[in-house]
Amino acid sequence: MSLMKRMSLIFRSKANRALDSAEDPRETLDYSYQRQIELLSKVRRGVADVATSRKRVELQANQLEQQSQKLHDQAQKALGMGREDLAREALTRKSGLTGQITDLKAQQAQLQGEEEKLTLASQRLQAKVESFRTKKETIKATYTAAEAQTRINEAFSGISEEMGDVGMAVQRAEDKTAQMQARAGAIDELISSGALDDASQLGQGDDIARELDTMSSQSDVESELAALKAGSSAGAQPAAIEGADSFPPTEPEREQLKEEGPA
Amino acid sequence: MIVRILAEGQWEISEQHLSGLNGLDEQVEAAIEAGDEVTFASTLAALLEAVRERGTVLPDDSLEDSDLILPPADASLEEVRELLSDDGLIPG
Repeated sequence: MSLMKRMSLIFRSKANRALDSAEDPRETLDYSYQRQIELLSKVRRGVADVATSRKRVELQANQLEQQSQKLHDQAQKALGMGREDLAREALTRKSGLTGQITDLKAQQAQLQGEEEKLTLASQRLQAKVESFRTKKETIKATYTAAEAQTRINEAFSGISEEMGDVGMAVQRAEDKTAQMQARAGAIDELISSGALDDASQLGQGDDIARELDTMSSQSDVESELAALKAGSSAGAQPAAIEGADSFPPTEPEREQLKEEGPA
Repeated sequence: MIVRILAEGQWEISEQHLSGLNGLDEQVEAAIEAGDEVTFASTLAALLEAVRERGTVLPDDSLEDSDLILPPADASLEEVRELLSDDGLIPG
């Protein structure tokens, strides 16, 4: 038998089983309506959950991108200082992040798709629940229990198929989201452990940043020293004033300072 | 005929288009039986596309049940097998 036919028969047999268990068919209308309302709120919660996961993945992708940019800048700086080894290390770490960023972006797109699908599903279900409610009130007001059966079957078949469909969609979205949550948790852990050197921890710095800082403060010292040397050989003032911090001024300098007074 | 694509909605399909759909449906079924994931994915995509293209979307508030039901577009072969095994994926 055809795939399409088999699937519809399976849905229908589920719906029939639900109907058969009822005593007064009119009572099942209210019961079913109750379940529809519950399902509707479940779908809406589903949409919110997927959106939360999507935002979390987006945030992580942004953090990793900042980190990747930072590593790129560090590589450039290291090259500028002639430290190719450090530049290589920074770029190696950056390439490790690139795969994760691509992965997160794919997850983000997938969650976005789930969110849109569930939003549409909730709109469809809402319209059908509304339509069912009207039909239910008409049936209850118009027919006796005996007469109502056929009408109820008609009203039921469509909505129960929709409920089966929506219930399945929510389940699948939950499963997908749960998988991604687990991976997102792992990445959060990596970020907070400092292994990826979260950009929000700037200042504490990583080893590459520390080495670059040390190097640049060393080169600052060197260039200042060079400036000092150049200055003192020309007998210029700045050398004497800067020297005042660490060395007691010589006698003639002290005289000179007195004359000038506080700046 | 009313056809439902799970997770998407329902379409009304005129009789004249049905034979074309049946051909595609058979291909999907053959791929499921053969356990051929690649052919399954491509034939399912073609079948769903044909339904969307040739059918007319039912309004959201319609309460009609479908004559034919198709798996969601992103279903794996394994999922469809579970769907077909009655106590599979359909809740309740």
